[in-house]
Amino acid sequence: MSGFSAFRLLREALRGQSGWEPQWRAPAQPQAEYDVVIVGGGGHGLATAYYLAKEHRVGRIAVLEKGWIGGGNTGRNTTIIRSNYLFPESAALYDHAVQLWEGLSQELNYNVMFSPRGVLMLAHNVHDEQSFRRHVHANRLAGVDNEWLDAEACRAFCPPLDIHQQRYPVLGGALQRRGGVARHDAVAWGYARAASALGVDIIQNCEVTGITRGVDGGVTGLSTSRGEVRTRKVGVVAAGSTSLVMAMAGVRMPLESFPLQALVSEPVKPVFPCVVMSNTVHAYISQSDKGELVIGAGTDQYPSYSQAGGVQILSHTLEAICELFPMFRRMRMLRSWGGIVDTTTDRSPIIGLTPVPGLYVNCGWGTGGFKATPGSGHVFAATIARGEPHPIAAPFSLDRFVTGRLIDEAAAAAVAH
Amino acid sequence: MTRLATGGRIDRTRPLRFSFDGRDYTGFAGDTLASALLANGVHLVGRSFKYHRPRGILSAGVEEPNALVEIDRGVGRREPNARATMVPLVEGLVARSQNRWPSLRFDLAALAGLGSAVLGAGFYYKTFLGPGRDAWHKRWEPLIRRMAGLGRAPEAADPDRYGNRYAHAEVLVVGAGPAGIAAALEAAAAGGRVILCDEQAEFGGSLLAEPRAWPQLAADMAALSANPAVTLLPRTTAFSYGLQNFVALAQVLEQPNDLRERLWQVRAQRVVLATGALERPIPFSGNDRPGVMLADAARHYAQRWGVLPGRNVAAVVAHDTGYAATFALQDAGAVIAAVLEMREAAPAALLAEAARRGVRVLANHGVVGTRGGLRISGLLAAPRGADGAPDAARATPIACDLLLMAGGWTPSVHLFSQARGMLRWDAALDAFLPGEAREAVTCVGACAGEGLAPGLPVTQMAAGSARAPKAFIDQQNDVTTRDIALAVREGFRSIEHVKRYTTNGMATDQGKTSNMLGLALVAGELGRSVPEVGLTTFRAPYTPTSFGAFAGRHRGLQFDPVRAAPLHDWAVQQGAVFEPVGQWQRARYFPHAGEEMRAAVDRECLAVRESVGIFDASTLGKIEVVGPDAALFLERCYVNAWQKLGIGRCRYGLLLREDGFIYDDGVVGRLAADRFHVTTTTGGAARVLHMLEDYRQTEFPELHVWLTSTTEHWGVIALQGPRARDVLAPLVAGLDWADFPHMAVAECRVAGIAARLFRVSFSGELGFEVNVPASQAPAVWQALMQAGAAHGITPYGTEAMHVLRAEKGFIIVGQETDGTVTPDDAGLTWLVGKAKPDFIGKRSLTRPEMLRADRRQLVGLRPHDGRNLPDEGAQLIATATSREAEGHVTSAYRSASLGHPIALGLLAGGRARLGDTVFATSLNGAPMALEVVAPCFLDPKGDRLRG
Amino acid sequence: MLMIDCPWCGARAELEFRHCGEAHLLRPADPATLSDAQWADYLAFRDNARGWARERWRHVHGCGRFFNALRHTQTDRFAATYKPGQAWPEPPA
Repeated sequence: MSGFSAFRLLREALRGQSGWEPQWRAPAQPQAEYDVVIVGGGGHGLATAYYLAKEHRVGRIAVLEKGWIGGGNTGRNTTIIRSNYLFPESAALYDHAVQLWEGLSQELNYNVMFSPRGVLMLAHNVHDEQSFRRHVHANRLAGVDNEWLDAEACRAFCPPLDIHQQRYPVLGGALQRRGGVARHDAVAWGYARAASALGVDIIQNCEVTGITRGVDGGVTGLSTSRGEVRTRKVGVVAAGSTSLVMAMAGVRMPLESFPLQALVSEPVKPVFPCVVMSNTVHAYISQSDKGELVIGAGTDQYPSYSQAGGVQILSHTLEAICELFPMFRRMRMLRSWGGIVDTTTDRSPIIGLTPVPGLYVNCGWGTGGFKATPGSGHVFAATIARGEPHPIAAPFSLDRFVTGRLIDEAAAAAVAH
Repeated sequence: MTRLATGGRIDRTRPLRFSFDGRDYTGFAGDTLASALLANGVHLVGRSFKYHRPRGILSAGVEEPNALVEIDRGVGRREPNARATMVPLVEGLVARSQNRWPSLRFDLAALAGLGSAVLGAGFYYKTFLGPGRDAWHKRWEPLIRRMAGLGRAPEAADPDRYGNRYAHAEVLVVGAGPAGIAAALEAAAAGGRVILCDEQAEFGGSLLAEPRAWPQLAADMAALSANPAVTLLPRTTAFSYGLQNFVALAQVLEQPNDLRERLWQVRAQRVVLATGALERPIPFSGNDRPGVMLADAARHYAQRWGVLPGRNVAAVVAHDTGYAATFALQDAGAVIAAVLEMREAAPAALLAEAARRGVRVLANHGVVGTRGGLRISGLLAAPRGADGAPDAARATPIACDLLLMAGGWTPSVHLFSQARGMLRWDAALDAFLPGEAREAVTCVGACAGEGLAPGLPVTQMAAGSARAPKAFIDQQNDVTTRDIALAVREGFRSIEHVKRYTTNGMATDQGKTSNMLGLALVAGELGRSVPEVGLTTFRAPYTPTSFGAFAGRHRGLQFDPVRAAPLHDWAVQQGAVFEPVGQWQRARYFPHAGEEMRAAVDRECLAVRESVGIFDASTLGKIEVVGPDAALFLERCYVNAWQKLGIGRCRYGLLLREDGFIYDDGVVGRLAADRFHVTTTTGGAARVLHMLEDYRQTEFPELHVWLTSTTEHWGVIALQGPRARDVLAPLVAGLDWADFPHMAVAECRVAGIAARLFRVSFSGELGFEVNVPASQAPAVWQALMQAGAAHGITPYGTEAMHVLRAEKGFIIVGQETDGTVTPDDAGLTWLVGKAKPDFIGKRSLTRPEMLRADRRQLVGLRPHDGRNLPDEGAQLIATATSREAEGHVTSAYRSASLGHPIALGLLAGGRARLGDTVFATSLNGAPMALEVVAPCFLDPKGDRLRG
Repeated sequence: MLMIDCPWCGARAELEFRHCGEAHLLRPADPATLSDAQWADYLAFRDNARGWARERWRHVHGCGRFFNALRHTQTDRFAATYKPGQAWPEPPA
């Protein structure tokens, strides 16, 4: 891999950009055998492959992607990054990711445009305030930055915000200054390029059609649309399609896959300096470097693999955006799209071993997986390499649904009395 | 002036003044801003996104990528990125160019263009990696952000109104060109409701540039207008096509003092798409210069608006329709410098007509480059070589002030594709056409390929262009043919990857003029066919749609319904301070003049403890559970035992989810053997009813029991305090006080009104809850206030209610519980019916995690210093320096009655730690020492409430 | 927005309905006899099928009744809605 740098860019400019080579190798077929096969070429899967090669020196690794890398939720989310989760297990996981985000562009020699511009979560009622202040206390104790702002301070941090809106005035907010956004596609491409340079085979348009198991029940290989592959370790990182892939090994999952929509406005000059989230009125917004307002909508109520949702979901979100930011009513929606989010009952991910020896799974990130990408890949790689959960991943095991040791991040949003 | 003396559909009797970049101009009614600017000789209209290159008007419709302007209609009415081609001219219109500084003609940022060799596709991924880890965010991103973005966002709240309408139709016709109008006429003749919409201000589509068709157009439109079953929606864009023929339309009204826009959501039995086709630009160097225009757009300007966009016209043509446009301009008075025919030869008939007209046609020619600064002044024409690229060595200059591009046609299949219809590649027409449909939809006219003739295939048109410098395919995003080639070279082979890496097709026109060229270039670079490369997904909206239209009337107080309890108005009159609880507005406290919240709450609490308080508890959820199996049903749902609950008695009920965690609570009263009055939390009313209905209908359908929500039926007035009975009793009739202990319920009359009277207490005092029909609640409240005047009866709000219950250690679901708390955690094991084999959630309570000794348990917390409050949400730690959370403070209040602060919390193994000291974290100081105590701070034996 | 055919009321817009998860999951008659794993299977583990799925809906802002539906989770199209207790319709070919 030849390095990216300003100098190289200038040099290429002088010769018509002719010296660039493919950013990752693109073998048309998988090899006959690998040490580890990652199923799913999104950010999490590519990151897993990268760390397996980089930190665990696994020799033969393949990433199999049924479409094009980064084409699933990696390329369809609103790129919010934060780690101010309530429970220590969650905060540890997501903060591990934020720490990796902070050096990721240099690590990958690829500008993923990590922009820690601050994530502000708005409180609109006493219950929100109690809940967010609990988060602030819990995060600070755990060494994760999070602070409480009163309403005026919220407006100072985000000038377009109307804190006096009639129906749900803003009482304050929880701000994580280290939170922010990044360029989603670049994360997939950056990991792909770096992994490929370490020898990882990235095979696109290669759909897994079966998982073969030996007499001991353990994984022995995969059937794919591009032939059979032998391997003793498979890491499934297939997001919305996880249930389908795991079913090939006879494993049922505690997952349901829902459509999640997002949209962008037409680009405008810088007007929105941070990320604002409001769970109470359902609004999630930032402005991309290109100038588009990037807005997250809610999930549809029914499971679907269609990557499409109802227009009423978009309306609902834009109603909230127009209330919080009345100056944006004349802004226009430019593009909307949908992803498939795999959700668990406690809204926390599953990372770890499965009942099938050699089969590992990383899924259930719901609506918020992008932020975890580097951390998820990092701990999952360690889990696969060692055959036992990385300490940060350990609480997110599949068997928590049996023991009842849930990590219920949705719980703190319980409806007020 | 370039306005023709005659012709066009403008109204020359109605001149309109407008300004662009501060200069005043005049146009006519019927103009668009674009046609009016061209009529005034203005070609330079904007600057491109990345290189800030001067740009003019490319098109005459929605596909316009370049002529984006800011429209300023006053404070809060500034609109960025408006397409000049779609803005109808009105008197006094104020428009400005965007993305330039200091001026449109002299834009310093155009220096970026000098660096275009460096700033190719994806350059930002390869640099800005230092110095330091935060170099991107701190140093480079601010620069990039300032350069990027097009127009300015509005600065003030939009004062205009937006509307919303749902409609059903037998037939919805999208697009009012010849095919759409014919379809609408046919549908109208068949009977039934017909909606015909078109994005343009005028119906007619391509007919608007065909003067000979105007009489018939007028007759057809008159017939449609006269039909009451036909709804005609001009300036209305069908932008989203959802399942089951659910189509969203955005209608622009811009009526003074009325709606600006309206969102229509139409459910149609049949949809007819007559969305037409868009002309393809041609990739060559300098194809973005102002004065380079789509050929058919120029024809429209001449024939629809009576504007001659150039006097000395050249054309580069890959399709027969380029000749019609060229000839039309010639007829309008232009001199035709040359037609560069990219094909080996044009059809003989066209060549003959050209010869008859004296138009020079250069066969197999292309454009090497264009000349000119802010407007085209000429081009270099050359024969095309073997690779398709024009041979620069054999170039000849041709002077012109307008260059037409006729690159063939792309059917507008956007909506068909949004409706999940399959597209098929038609090799003969060189276009994607509607294939198998998934909806009840018919495509007619050009969008179905009807009436389109083949031209030079797009791959051949683009052949060789990948090496040409500054040959733009996405003009707004400044994506060049070389960018596409670079992306493919770097391994981006999926068309989605190419799109994302180069941003081709991601500008405000969403690829309407660029996607096919991008596809052709990728196909060329990979040596594949266009259908092998495949399309990017068509996504809603078809054209950008304002947020306001989506939000409609859901603004201000209409953003979300306000639920108000029966005594809401009274509380407003009293000057109560309210808090939102779900959709409800609840009175939080009732300050006297000049009284702060803390003083008011202390006063209200003391009144309840010392005399009597009155509280509007109407928001509590209420469910009437009726039927012979009512008790059995509750038995299976709630943790408690219900079968033996006496008639006229109440019990505090606890409801779990199947995962064993507390879901809701509330008092349940038994009115008869077969009738229970169940209360829920305010926030839980709807979900509890939903959950109980679920079990009733689907798990226990054999039970004879019915559930009815009575939340709004009853107004609930709580009287709490040692004087409560004294106040109430004189107003009560038909009650046997001797048989009315704590946790009793009876039907009686209060102040003459039929009531259900509960003796319950959420304050720890003697207490009653008077349920009367909601409409009677204000009268009963007034009667109680009068009766209580002698006792100093004091209205109190939710804050005092919270303090009073905390003093007693009563939990609030959602505050002490958060979905992770079991009955045992909350100290409520005593409620659980021991003998019951099952209830919702019971099985989960024996899972290993639920049996751990270190589960977080409800405790009381008392600050050592006796003065300061811990923060609600503060983490509990074992020592002042510990970093390990062992629980948290769920509630904390000043207690006027007790004279010291109190708190409740969940603490690991808390019930075994009574008397221990723990610490609560602080956000701005040292952790606070707290003594762990039992949760009940006041009257633990309950003597007061039994008084 | 989906159009949903309530078996009692007829076709109504999705806004009137609430989706209620996978259908034909019967609550165990005696949960106490189940292992933790069996109980977890009832609580959380789902088919999450891609293709034809049987699911529950409630006409919550209408007749209030629960019913079942056969819907395709890639096209989001309904093949049938049917009352509780009725036999499963077979998916269309």
